Amino acid sequence: MLTGLNDSEIISRVLNGDQQAYAGLVTRYQDYVFTLTLRMIKSREDAEEVAQDVFIKAYKYLADFRGASKFSTWLYTIVNNTCITLLRKKKLEIHSLDNEKVFEMADSKYSGFSANQVEQKSKLTMVHDAIAMLNPDDAEIITLFYKSEQTLDEIAAILGVEPNAAKVRLHRARIRLKEKMETYFAEEIKDLN
Amino acid sequence: MNTQHNMEERLWNFIDGTASAEEKPVIEKLLESDTAWKEKYNELLEVTRLLQSSRLDAPSMRFTKNVMEEITKLHIAPATKTYINKKIIWSIGIFFIALFVGFLIYGFGQAGSGSGGEDMVAKNLNKIDFSKFFSNTWVNVFMMINVVLGLFLLDNYLGSKRKAYRKEA
Repeated sequence: MLTGLNDSEIISRVLNGDQQAYAGLVTRYQDYVFTLTLRMIKSREDAEEVAQDVFIKAYKYLADFRGASKFSTWLYTIVNNTCITLLRKKKLEIHSLDNEKVFEMADSKYSGFSANQVEQKSKLTMVHDAIAMLNPDDAEIITLFYKSEQTLDEIAAILGVEPNAAKVRLHRARIRLKEKMETYFAEEIKDLN
Repeated sequence: MNTQHNMEERLWNFIDGTASAEEKPVIEKLLESDTAWKEKYNELLEVTRLLQSSRLDAPSMRFTKNVMEEITKLHIAPATKTYINKKIIWSIGIFFIALFVGFLIYGFGQAGSGSGGEDMVAKNLNKIDFSKFFSNTWVNVFMMINVVLGLFLLDNYLGSKRKAYRKEA
């Protein structure tokens, strides 16, 4: 139905009163938005609620989207702001890039994994789980770069930082991801070398 | 450890395509001649491939339906630029700058009337005659500027109202 239309065409339809056309955008981006919120919020129920909230906000302020950036970049900016607001409101810890507590939390979370369980994991599941063990900032930037097809400049715009700072953050996040993989998925990592 | 991190950073940049034009041939040469670099490159390339092919999480089946149900109760808000008039923002800015400059000029005028020096300024603060405040020439000029700005704002407001009325007609 709307699959052949690009984002701009759907947006102009919605702005011209075709409310149902918005479902096309929701379907197109729901997995990306949900993955991003889940990486930051960690609880599936909360993440789904936030993801819905993101699409509702995006609809409400759709007239403000002027096409200066990709729709996805604009949408992920709303994701970032909504998640940060929620984390602050709930007084959950927003982990800084060098917060050691994050790693302690992640360590305790996965310490119950038996060797067999770990061995059974496929490489893809390993990467997925390793990302889930990262702190929200690291998980977000890795997801934006690898899954949401955002350039470093676009990621910088989403996070409200300079492109060079985004590059450094991505590099640090990858180092920590690799550390997680080496610590918890040593068997799978052996195959990578 | 540092050289290892440095190697990784340079290789990540190379893989991401963010390495500089001068850096690229250097890394390509290292990959041809150095087995340690080649091994690390293959490892990072595999991690990149895995990251790119890792799955996305999917929300519940009712997700789109839930969003669509919520938005039926809503209207799209008008674009911010349609109701934020830049002229008004500028006028408010000019007003506050005029206010600040006016007070500054008045303050220096009062302080300058003394014999000078920071201590004297502090002492003179208590001696400021506030009754002069509203009969000073500078204050009068400042008040006039504000009145003009106020009239300018009112004209803008009435002008936008007139335009809207014409459009409706």
